[in-house]
Amino acid sequence: MRTENIHIRNGRLIDPGNGIDRQTDIFVAQGKVCALGQAPAGFAAARVIDATDRVVCPGLVDLSARLPSFESELVAAVAGGITALACPPDTQPPLDEPDLVESLVKHSESIGLARVFPIGALTQGLAGEKLAEMAGLSRAGCIAFSQATRPIFDTQVLLRAMHYAASFGYAVRLQPQDHYLAKDGVAHDGEVASRLGLPGIPVCAETVAISTALHLAAETGARLHLSRLSSAAGVALVREARRGGMQVSCDVPVHHLHLSESDIGYFDSQARFDPPLRAASDRAALRAAVAEGLAMVCSDHTPVGEDGKQLPFGEALPGAVGLELLLPLIVQWAREDDVPLPVALARVSRDPAAALGIDAGSLEVGRRADICVFDPEESWCVRAETLRSRGKNTPFLGRDVTGRVCATLVGGRVVFEA
Amino acid sequence: MLNPQLNANGKLNHLLSTESLPREVMTHILDTASSFLEVSDRDVKKVPLLRGKSVFNLFFENSTRTRTTFEIAAKRLSADVINLDVGRSSTAKGETLLDTIDNLVAMHADMFVVRHASSGAPHLIAEHLRRIGREDVHVVNAGDGRHAHPTQGLLDMYTIRHFKRDFSGLKVAIVGDILHSRVARSDIFALATLETGEVRAVGPQTLLPSAIGRMGVRVFNDLREGIRDCDVVIMLRLQNERMNGALLPSAGEYFNCYGLTPEILALARPDAIVMHPGPMNRGVEIDSLVADGRQAVILSQVTFGIAVRMAVMSILAGN
Repeated sequence: MRTENIHIRNGRLIDPGNGIDRQTDIFVAQGKVCALGQAPAGFAAARVIDATDRVVCPGLVDLSARLPSFESELVAAVAGGITALACPPDTQPPLDEPDLVESLVKHSESIGLARVFPIGALTQGLAGEKLAEMAGLSRAGCIAFSQATRPIFDTQVLLRAMHYAASFGYAVRLQPQDHYLAKDGVAHDGEVASRLGLPGIPVCAETVAISTALHLAAETGARLHLSRLSSAAGVALVREARRGGMQVSCDVPVHHLHLSESDIGYFDSQARFDPPLRAASDRAALRAAVAEGLAMVCSDHTPVGEDGKQLPFGEALPGAVGLELLLPLIVQWAREDDVPLPVALARVSRDPAAALGIDAGSLEVGRRADICVFDPEESWCVRAETLRSRGKNTPFLGRDVTGRVCATLVGGRVVFEA
Repeated sequence: MLNPQLNANGKLNHLLSTESLPREVMTHILDTASSFLEVSDRDVKKVPLLRGKSVFNLFFENSTRTRTTFEIAAKRLSADVINLDVGRSSTAKGETLLDTIDNLVAMHADMFVVRHASSGAPHLIAEHLRRIGREDVHVVNAGDGRHAHPTQGLLDMYTIRHFKRDFSGLKVAIVGDILHSRVARSDIFALATLETGEVRAVGPQTLLPSAIGRMGVRVFNDLREGIRDCDVVIMLRLQNERMNGALLPSAGEYFNCYGLTPEILALARPDAIVMHPGPMNRGVEIDSLVADGRQAVILSQVTFGIAVRMAVMSILAGN
């Protein structure tokens, strides 16, 4: 695809990976960053983007987004400044065959917006019984392996899956939730669920599964990433493991940085999540874990149709859309907790790029020009009509958020402009 | 957040839960129920307060008993009552809950009495009616999942007030499966609003909500301790299915540990009353000697229940 020479001028350039935070210009040619500060000799810009009072940062990297339709959701991604995203394998059918993965990657490339990095199924059909063809899936484009939200009942199967993945150096991603302890639960087993009579999911559903995963990772040497943690006790276990020298990474869903069980209010099904929104003290611990660099943040984008939410709380489908809210919710968190913007942006660019092992999340000269330009001060109201995602399900509908994407570049092409 | 039970003028528009039901509204319901009590004693057991109104009993979960009490209450107010056994009709054909509501609103329903297996279903209906601008249609929660059974809670308050007058000095013990009980939750919140002296939750940990300690009650795992010096003992029904899923070993062991026998009841105050929302499992949560004994007020609860439901429906209809 053709690319043009682009000059983004006078922005606040934040590149967390290279310790840059200063007002400067950035130059893009042939799909890559070709200079910072001064234009290279002979550079003729076909296009100039004025970034005065705006932030210029690496395109965001989303660790987990469900994409029922590439056409609509990849438009939503770039409108949210996301230039690379990983999708979990619990698609229909699950991503357990190389052909499927190849066609998915080709399809996403043909659209030419945000890059899609599939996560392959750890077991065939995600059934938790037989190993998926990980090597074949890896060749087809899978960057890690996971069960998404499906359980592996037989712990020996999990041990062997991790051993097998470790043989090839593949990353294993697990969403830690003990199936039995979470069985029938629809909300955090705490004050709100007790009051509203909602079947609860105790915190130990998460900690038991984290402990199992950490022990198996230690045993097998598999590269472990724990996704979508929800509790203070959960991040504490990861912190302890890292202090003990273990290489383990983790993420938290962006919604869980802002919401807690009390947002369920009077049974608002928009506040139904998997894992559930937990107590305010858990939310505080998740924020601290992200600030210190223990955890990164994902959008956990999960479009759900109106029919899936217009149901009694316990029958409603969990999840919320997040592609267009990831950036503003990160900016808002940084502001509320006095976290420097470069640190906050690292959690959604440099860090997830490193966890996924992909070329992204950096504005170093010579790297892919995946760039996000945003106005950190502009407020906007989240409305169903203006969300580009096919899903309109979010507890933030009607709320004002701050931080608006002005332009997004993928591989040196402007794919979104407000 | 707006209280979904009240309209813009603070008047009761739906009865969804005893939680966040203002004390004056609760007292008004109980006072109104008093005035309806004598209607049931008349030769002609009818008043014309709901004449021409259509009350739809929407029972997504079977309960002949509760449905009947609502039907009697509505008929004594002269309403037209339509019983829909929804579990076996439209939803079985794939119609959603809110589709069913839209259809019935189009048939000019004035009031829905809703029983549903999912906590929060009546709230969803009330919110939907608000969204479509039909707040003139009222919702009465007749029991939703484990959440609430507010008319039962109110009739329990009526019963306690009838026998004990003042709540402030009372010790009330609620015994049994509080985790799965919408009656227990409705009682706990109503007792708190009426500023009851002390409310106790008594049961094994497997049958108590995890955050029960933050619901304004004293928690006891031992029945003898929990019942000591109480003025009111509310026994909860134990569902047979609790023996599955490792919540309890057996009905026999449950009765030995948590069954109300005359010996145990003797630990409460001599004038203590014994309540039960029914239907009772004799020999499981309550000994027949207690159920049929002089301290039991279980049948009074049933009688008061009609009057309380009449009061709720007549207040919702604007009387």
